[in-house]
Amino acid sequence: MKFSITTKVVTSVVTSLVLATTLTACNRGGDAASGQQSVTLSLSTLSNPFFVDVRDGAQDAADELGLTLDVVDAQNDTATQADQVANAITGGAAGVIINAVDSDAAGAAVAPALSDDLPVIGVDRAVNDADITSLVSSDNVAGGKQAADALAAAIGEKGKVIVLQGVAGTSASRDRGQGFAEGIAAYPDIEVVATQTANFDRAEGLDVATNLLQSNPDVVGVFAENDEMALGAVQALGDRAGSDVFVVGFDGTDDGLAAVEAGTLAATIAQQPTELGKQAVQLMKQVLDGEQVAKDTPVPVQTVTEDNVTDFLQ
Amino acid sequence: MTTTTAAPAKQRSVRSALGSLLSGNGALVGLLVLCLALYIATPAFLTGPNLVNIGIQASTIAVLAFGMTFVIVAGGIDLSVGSVAALSAMGSAWIFTSAGLPGWMSIVAGLATGALAGAVSGLGVAFGRLPSFIATLAMLSVARGLTLVLSDGRPIATSPEVSFLGSRLGGVPVPILVLVVTGVIASFVLNRTVVGREMYAVGGNVEAARLSGIRVRKVLVTVFALAGVYAALAGMLLAGRLNSAQPQAASGYELDAIAAVVIGGASLAGGVGKVSGTLIGALVLAVIRNGLNLLNVSSFWQQVVIGLVIAIAVGIDVLRRKNTRH
Repeated sequence: MKFSITTKVVTSVVTSLVLATTLTACNRGGDAASGQQSVTLSLSTLSNPFFVDVRDGAQDAADELGLTLDVVDAQNDTATQADQVANAITGGAAGVIINAVDSDAAGAAVAPALSDDLPVIGVDRAVNDADITSLVSSDNVAGGKQAADALAAAIGEKGKVIVLQGVAGTSASRDRGQGFAEGIAAYPDIEVVATQTANFDRAEGLDVATNLLQSNPDVVGVFAENDEMALGAVQALGDRAGSDVFVVGFDGTDDGLAAVEAGTLAATIAQQPTELGKQAVQLMKQVLDGEQVAKDTPVPVQTVTEDNVTDFLQ
Repeated sequence: MTTTTAAPAKQRSVRSALGSLLSGNGALVGLLVLCLALYIATPAFLTGPNLVNIGIQASTIAVLAFGMTFVIVAGGIDLSVGSVAALSAMGSAWIFTSAGLPGWMSIVAGLATGALAGAVSGLGVAFGRLPSFIATLAMLSVARGLTLVLSDGRPIATSPEVSFLGSRLGGVPVPILVLVVTGVIASFVLNRTVVGREMYAVGGNVEAARLSGIRVRKVLVTVFALAGVYAALAGMLLAGRLNSAQPQAASGYELDAIAAVVIGGASLAGGVGKVSGTLIGALVLAVIRNGLNLLNVSSFWQQVVIGLVIAIAVGIDVLRRKNTRH
């Protein structure tokens, strides 16, 4: 009996792995037969739920508008992204939507597309030093300020707080950190006692928050530059999260929203990743149809607290 | 430790005493110096709760590194342990949350995934004649990719059994219990079993091992499968602490695990290495990270400091081997 169950488990694991591999292999191709225009979406990474949502939004819009969407994953590597964009151009893409791994490096990556007069639309992150068709993005600096206000409101506008930073040197970390610093400066009774990186990672968020709570036991608030680290901090705080220490995250991921609903996360700043993906594709369709579009399309970020979380849960 | 002897021989004896101290406990001395420095620098360091934190934070890397010790002792390297940890944890969460099988099966499935992935690398090394660097580099990519496929890039909730691995048992953190138990088992396997002694023989001189009748291929497959099982356990430990299996969990941890083993005095040339040394290596890494947080050192500088400590620790290893050669 025991043996047969173990065998089943092993078989199911193996089968699922084989099946998964086959499915991935089958995902390529298929667009040549249909006469649709094909657009390439180059994402910085698909190992972050946020960008999976961007992809889903883009895919839905593409299906609706009759475009073929080729999604490529740059795995957070600037060189890979440049290669993928080049491959898209030679592969006959009508346009490129790029979610830059690095804003500075992306300029060079899209240069060949622009010189071929292909439309290029940036999504979520800017493309520096390149005259791209349009940029669809959330305002991270404004979001950082909103996070500061939400944290201040949760802790009664006074006390010591710590900040968990994202990956050092990324624009998301810079902008959110800058916005938060500007926002929190408006509250003279709030002191930022420690600022440490946890690399946008939940496990690191747990460890770093645990360590910081050792050196600063009287902390009343935590701002994390994304929800993953915020959830790590919530884990570090245990029962104290939401009762005497308040945590504010950023992104509005499914897990983050669930934690807001449960009361362990005081607030999160929700970007609308599906909306980012959707608007980028809609804009691309307009450009391909010969319409003029605005250079910047800001997608609003929203502060999510217990009061309005039900509006965001699907 | 340093006993004084007659005057003419004094210089020589001090030198050899220092040599033996370093050769026996190079990493331990480093760890103690680090702890002393942090004790002086911040009062938050040497407190009961903080030491428990360090133990918990060291557990994932330590368990990965115990598995890595088998591989390095046998003269190989395993770059896939971080990805295999993530895949095993994701497999275990998937079995429970998406496939709806009972919780205890999630642990079995996780361990089986790790053993399977490790055995595949081992077969590639033993029968495919691939260098272990290449076989496990391939597995690093395959396992991470499968993790993403299985999860669709999103975290999956773990079973209560896996979450238990991240909780406390009668006040004692389970990750520390797992660290102790897996360390004792690894030490037992390496020192008290035939296959363990064969790992040293294969790592020391593979031709001599073969000529003396050791079935080298069997040893190699066992070594990588064991590393896979340890990686699976580390992955579930990490997922248990977060109550969720993360698609990007443990990425880059293979380098920490290798660093822990090497800081602990193992030689990348094979044939040398102890589980106790590896444990100290993992503690050194955890203590540095903890200390840098407590001191609120800028994240830019943290990476510099961690790199320097690894370089110094390995430098001590080289110095030590020079001394033992006299």
